[in-house]
Amino acid sequence: MKVELENLTKRWGKFVGADGINLAIGDGEFVAFLGPSGCGKTTTLLMVAGIYKPSEGTIRFDGKVVNTVSPKDRNIGMVFQSYALYPHMTVYQNISYPLKLRKMPKRERRERAQDVADMMGIGDLMDRKPAMLSGGQQQRVALGRSLVKEPQLLLFDEPLSNLDARLRLSMRGEIKRLQMELGITSIYVTHDQVEAMTMADRIAVMKDGKLEAYAKPDELYDRPRTLFVAGFVGNPPMNFLKVEVTREDGEYRARAEGIDLLVPAERGEKAVIKGEVIMGIRPEDVSIADGGTQGEIYVVEPLGRDDLVDVRIGDIEIHVLANPTLGTKMGERTSLKFDTKEVQFFDPETEQSLIWN
Amino acid sequence: MSVSNRRERGGVPSLSLREPFEQPSSIGAWLHSRRAAWAFMSPAVLLITLFFFIPVIVLLVLSLSDLKSANFGTFQWWLPTNWSLDNYSKIIGDRFISKFLGNTLFYVLTTLAIFNFGSALLIALITTHINRRAGFFFRLLWLLPRLTPSVVYILMWRRIAARAPHGILNQFLTLAGLGGGDNLLQTMPWVFVIIVNGLIGASFGLVIFTSAIEAIPRDYLTASKVDGASTLQTIRHVIVPMIRWPILFVLTFQTLSLLTSFEQILLLTGGGPGLFRTEVWALRAYHLALSTESGNTQWGYGAAWAVILVIIGVAAATIYMRVFKFDELVEEPKIDLI
Repeated sequence: MKVELENLTKRWGKFVGADGINLAIGDGEFVAFLGPSGCGKTTTLLMVAGIYKPSEGTIRFDGKVVNTVSPKDRNIGMVFQSYALYPHMTVYQNISYPLKLRKMPKRERRERAQDVADMMGIGDLMDRKPAMLSGGQQQRVALGRSLVKEPQLLLFDEPLSNLDARLRLSMRGEIKRLQMELGITSIYVTHDQVEAMTMADRIAVMKDGKLEAYAKPDELYDRPRTLFVAGFVGNPPMNFLKVEVTREDGEYRARAEGIDLLVPAERGEKAVIKGEVIMGIRPEDVSIADGGTQGEIYVVEPLGRDDLVDVRIGDIEIHVLANPTLGTKMGERTSLKFDTKEVQFFDPETEQSLIWN
Repeated sequence: MSVSNRRERGGVPSLSLREPFEQPSSIGAWLHSRRAAWAFMSPAVLLITLFFFIPVIVLLVLSLSDLKSANFGTFQWWLPTNWSLDNYSKIIGDRFISKFLGNTLFYVLTTLAIFNFGSALLIALITTHINRRAGFFFRLLWLLPRLTPSVVYILMWRRIAARAPHGILNQFLTLAGLGGGDNLLQTMPWVFVIIVNGLIGASFGLVIFTSAIEAIPRDYLTASKVDGASTLQTIRHVIVPMIRWPILFVLTFQTLSLLTSFEQILLLTGGGPGLFRTEVWALRAYHLALSTESGNTQWGYGAAWAVILVIIGVAAATIYMRVFKFDELVEEPKIDLI
């Protein structure tokens, strides 16, 4: 099912929860709503679910306006962070609840619920109450309940946030696989950019109720259109520093105190018009190597495969992903090499990208 | 520090409430080992002993005696030689006993069903499903009868029910050409007894149900709607099962409080009109034991009526707990006394 949101807005008095959201989701597509808490992603999701009525704008399912259709008639499945399993019902009763509401005969209900439960790997837990299940099992039951009525749209509201890190990782893969196999159009709300990047076909980045960007994960990563998107997508986050871009002898240089970098012409020429700009460079594009920019190691955070090293160049703070075998130590002097191939430039006033807009 | 370690030191008291395997050497040691538990429990134990168990025992003893104002000061009611079950056989032989029992059952069940439970739940459900401010205002209105002093409240109702041309209701009724203009407390006393008590009683359940419903996490209601439930189905399948504990509490509490309540009826109808038309069990006990209307207050006999009421109350509470599977509703304590 295709979903289109047009100028979708939700207001409570003066407070604006979602502000003029425009986006289209293709049939079978997996879209993540990504943003910090309070950005309006859950508000938008609940409008799609029919729980909130939009103050303005329209929601279309397959071209049909559904603004006034009640949630029960939208044929959607929803999975919550809290799982929201009815505590007084058994696993079977939870899963078959949507079917019971459809007045499906008991025998058919049994079969359908068992099929879904088997698919989710919880087929032998049917008589348990939710309180007797682990978090992972509960989320499987919740998934089963959302799938049992064969919905045309699946809504996920931070479903993995209550699980421990290991389980989150495996469930992430399972949900992605399941969504692909069933081909159900899905909206996945999360504040975790890794989740969004790894699972979604497209990501809608939201901030303060507004849609900041809507693009494929690699596009958001490689071609961020705003400073916010550049800073929010990617882990560890992109380094930002104020630089002055100038053109000298046909070359473009980005300079700040203690830093003087050669930047690619096709990127530099977009920034030189503005002069004073914000430069963004990802930690993986900076390395510790001799003969580069001089700085002091402020903090080293071992991440296992890499060390995240915080280097200070005067007042400028640069995060670098370094090889642990280098044996970097706090307080030591070091030297940084910048790979400026993927460097980003942003207008300091509008915070828009100077390259991609 | 392990348990055995503690015991080796001997003098260090164990404060655990749950160490069934540790056999105390004497009652003194046992008390000592549970010092913290007793310290926490003692105020409640003291209050219950002083204001419930002792009065109940006194009541029980009184009910076995024939203490009344006629023999007060000379009759030694506390002597077992003066005890007998005469009062109880007198009650069983009372030719109005079925009337009192029927009145009480009718009064408790009807008021509970229509108001103290029924209206309370209905209004709580309605006011939590409408605009918050409107809901709050509406609930506040229902608190007014409880906030009004009983005497003022009853006077108001007597004015409402009074006969034509003074009675408020009768003014409308005669305008509409209905009724004979008689005092409505005479013609339909039960309607007024139930409304008058119910309007006060409903607010209790209303407050409890409202807070219980509002405490249900939003996700459950969203989930139910998305699962395909209408508002009524959500109420039936999700909200009501999730407030089973407050429902049990309100039902039990209100049954007991209705069983023992008589002051509104006393002020409104005095148990009449006629012979015992609205006389409930508790009012009967009051009339016998505490009212001087008959000139002879029969403390002993009245106490026997009250004892039976206590037994009925305990039985009712036990039945509720069975029906609602009380054991399953009670959670394990969240804090362990070390």
